Amino acid sequence: MYTSSFRYLRATSLAEAEALFARTPDARYIAGGQTLIPTMKQRLAAPAALIDLSRIAASSFIRRERETLVIGSGTRHADVAASSEVRAVLPALAQLAGVIGDPAVRHRGTLGGSVANNDPAADYPAAVLALGATVKTTRRTIAADQFFAGLFQTALADGELISEITFPVPLRAGYAKFPHPASRYALVGVFVAQFDGGARVAVTGAAPCVFRMAPMEQALSKSFTPESFAGIAVDAGELNSDLFGSAEYRAHLVTVMAKRAVTAALS
Amino acid sequence: MAQLSLTVNGAAVRAEVEDRTLLVHFLRDHLRLTGTHVGCDTSQCGACVVHVGARAVKSCTLFAVQADGEDIVTIEGVAPKSGGLHPVQAAFQEHHGLQCGFCTPGMIMTAIDMLKRHKAPDEATIKRELEGNLCRCTGYLNIVKAIQAAAAAG
Repeated sequence: MYTSSFRYLRATSLAEAEALFARTPDARYIAGGQTLIPTMKQRLAAPAALIDLSRIAASSFIRRERETLVIGSGTRHADVAASSEVRAVLPALAQLAGVIGDPAVRHRGTLGGSVANNDPAADYPAAVLALGATVKTTRRTIAADQFFAGLFQTALADGELISEITFPVPLRAGYAKFPHPASRYALVGVFVAQFDGGARVAVTGAAPCVFRMAPMEQALSKSFTPESFAGIAVDAGELNSDLFGSAEYRAHLVTVMAKRAVTAALS
Repeated sequence: MAQLSLTVNGAAVRAEVEDRTLLVHFLRDHLRLTGTHVGCDTSQCGACVVHVGARAVKSCTLFAVQADGEDIVTIEGVAPKSGGLHPVQAAFQEHHGLQCGFCTPGMIMTAIDMLKRHKAPDEATIKRELEGNLCRCTGYLNIVKAIQAAAAAG
């Protein structure tokens, strides 16, 4: 399948990418392209120009900074999954990166691309939100709680680019997802994290946008065990319903995945 | 139009392509390397897997212009120049890891990539690594066997 015609522009730095964006009408950024290219092939997107971020070597890095892990927006999923630093400090994040799509997709897809796209069934937004990460852009820093704004919507302004994401290192964390059998997207995915100040729980795949689950956070803050979810009802009212699962089924999966995530965090 | 300069199976290649040309179409239609297949064309089936910069990627989900300057290996480039088969190809033949053969180029490119990261993968690892490659004939049994045999053969 061919996409619509477009003009290809390659950026060698985030600053150059922003400058290109500012002077190019109807341009879009392309990072790993694992979502955008299929979308363009289906003609659901037809930008007049693509600004390629995938050659910006300086945006691919992983480094430890005090009690946080800082990951560059251009870092590929495969590199996060295989990173000895991530596996040692935040193994749940390495595990999450290792179950996105499939190996070939993980060789192209990037952290920044996933988070900026904010697909309702993407994996990374659950980790960013549950860990209370900070999204640094070319213009400012945005707290995770203010970043994800709705279906494919974020706090990013037109042309603004994510440069890096800072993940606080929790006492423990876990991620569990029920993957769609063909696309590997999360039908439901739950990321749980325990910090000194309490627990955070984020759910992806279930609703139009990743969201925090306050009753589960309160339960886990008292007792970080799968049993603590007993008696917590997940309301199906706001959840997605489609060919692959009803809202009620997804509501059920939220509890199942949350328990598995806690079990993984404890193991 | 974009000017490309890249390496394909060890040979320097220069070409001019439309910006929107996918890598798989560049390989098949411009270079006539038709071993790389278009299956689903939606990044799910893996029949189009090639190596770009020594990593397996889906060539239907990458524009050729994005691979400018890269080192690309396709199924036509894996066998030794001196003749014979790559050990993974030989294992697929020996263990009958194919029936119709349509998915095989992608399976082999994925398997070679997998064996670089996992020296002796168990069955569960192989199945997990094959999540992006679909075979509608074999039921995967002999594909898994072939990859295990290729790993054992080193």
